Amino acid sequence: MTNTSEQILDIKKIRKDFPILSREINGKPLVYFDNAATSQTPTQVIDCIVDYYENKNANIHRGVHSLSQIATDAYEGAREKVRAHFNAEFAHEIILTAGTTHSINLVANGYASILKPEDEILVSAMEHHSNIVPWQMLCQKTGSKLKVIPMSHKGELEMDTYKELLNENTKLVFVNHVSNALGTINPVKEIIDLAHGVDARVLIDGAQSAPHIKADVQALDVDYYTVSAHKICGPTGVGMLYGKEDLLNMLPPYQGGGEMISEVTFDKTTYAGLPHKFEAGTPNISGGIAFGAALDYMNAIGFDAIAAYEMELLKYATSEIEKIEGVEIYGTTPDRKTAVLSFNIEGLHPYDIGTLLDKMGIAVRTGHHCAQPIMEFYKIPGTVRASFSFYNSKEEIDSFITALKKAKSMLL
Amino acid sequence: MAKSSSRQKRKINVSSIQERQEEIIEEFSMFEDWMQRYEYMIELGKSLPLIDEKHKIEENIIKGCQSKVWVYAEMDDDQVNYTADSDAIITKGIIAILIRVFSGQKPEDVMNADTSFIDEIGLKEHLSPTRANGLVSMIKQMKMYAIAYNSQQQNKA
Ligand SMILES: Cc1ncc(COP(=O)(O)O)c(C=O)c1O
Repeated sequence: MTNTSEQILDIKKIRKDFPILSREINGKPLVYFDNAATSQTPTQVIDCIVDYYENKNANIHRGVHSLSQIATDAYEGAREKVRAHFNAEFAHEIILTAGTTHSINLVANGYASILKPEDEILVSAMEHHSNIVPWQMLCQKTGSKLKVIPMSHKGELEMDTYKELLNENTKLVFVNHVSNALGTINPVKEIIDLAHGVDARVLIDGAQSAPHIKADVQALDVDYYTVSAHKICGPTGVGMLYGKEDLLNMLPPYQGGGEMISEVTFDKTTYAGLPHKFEAGTPNISGGIAFGAALDYMNAIGFDAIAAYEMELLKYATSEIEKIEGVEIYGTTPDRKTAVLSFNIEGLHPYDIGTLLDKMGIAVRTGHHCAQPIMEFYKIPGTVRASFSFYNSKEEIDSFITALKKAKSMLL
Repeated sequence: MAKSSSRQKRKINVSSIQERQEEIIEEFSMFEDWMQRYEYMIELGKSLPLIDEKHKIEENIIKGCQSKVWVYAEMDDDQVNYTADSDAIITKGIIAILIRVFSGQKPEDVMNADTSFIDEIGLKEHLSPTRANGLVSMIKQMKMYAIAYNSQQQNKA
């Protein structure tokens, strides 16, 4: 790697923000390359959570007392940050959820009372189980058909087939913005426009895109968009569902409880308006506020710089790993890819490679990455996935490559 | 005839589950670091033909998230013999160790055996349920076979 990449970001300084990066694993410095599973958390976000419990803790939207107001303001302030980041038109189009899985289930549940047996749903062949199972459950309830947009060997969606699959019965389309198993960036704008051509609604799972790409939901004209905070330096168990105002209003509430009502008698309950209609019960208040802090943190670094730097890491890692004999990479769309290196070494099982890498302090993911249909497509038991973040360094990639060679020589 | 005499001989040499576990613990105590330990396991995994292809069928498979395990058991006189396999070599190495401990034992002894020796040889992490490599289910399956054969014996007796 040239010096230029070091100039894109001040990596030494950034790394100091992440306390966990200086710990050891199995007696070796931790090299954390499992960022696609969850990202690490900077001090700024950790401090925000601590500050909440030390200074702001109160239930929100219900107290006349000042502390409740302070907590409510902080929580609603975070919603506004999320809105601004994704450029939603209104803050009430941002539903704060427990994460992508929760967001998707919320929408799927809502469509159970809307879809009819003749309706069709399209999902892509490269989805996370979170974006497959809820739709299967939905189809079981409604009798609608689930159809799959196939992918090519390179790991790209077959857009021609997608166009053929779309018809007047197509009601919903679900595609991830970025595939977690392959790193492929899907052409979501084109997918959305084509779906709108037949009046279908589109949910884009942004769990894997959010750490690398700042999505503009209005420019995309996307109907629903989902994100998990824990993949963008935020806490676990928090995320967002963005939905266009009318499309959220159309859905029935997901869970009943406090907070989501406007009036309750035993005869009848009127629901609160957006976003509260979908936010029953006391939410993860500190998590929501910290979600906002995480976006602040990443925006201060800048998504363009993050994407450019991560691309350099990916290119460097790809060129180094390709020097190892027998390596096969899955997801070979170099210009349309985030910093994910999913691979196998001929004759070796991903589990064995992952186990030995772990012994050398290197954290990667192995297995099917909750995307079994992709593994089925390639006829493999799984892959080793190294996923990079803006706080990773070229030196860490060198350690990873050295460890990988060592693992290979032990196993072969 | 030859067969029964060799069986006779094996029976005399049979050491208890406890003894075999101690043997293995001692073997592993000679390794100086994780690398030697894993090299040995990889060796075990590679060298043992663990299962007859005809038993490597869907019925005998245990699907972990990470690796697959096949396990099959037969009775030989009053001893239960296990064969098993895995698509991952380290998993297979651990299987080899488990088979060494449990094969050729009385079903009743296998039923009641514990596997804490795996902790002592530094391989505990592989038996964690969250590891999803099929080993935890495999041990369960080995014990199920033992329970089944044990009750068969009881019925006969
Ligand atoms: C593409 C994709 N969708 C959905 C999810 C599920 O996210 P969460 O577990 O935060 O709900 C993930 C996380 O691994 C993902 O990568």
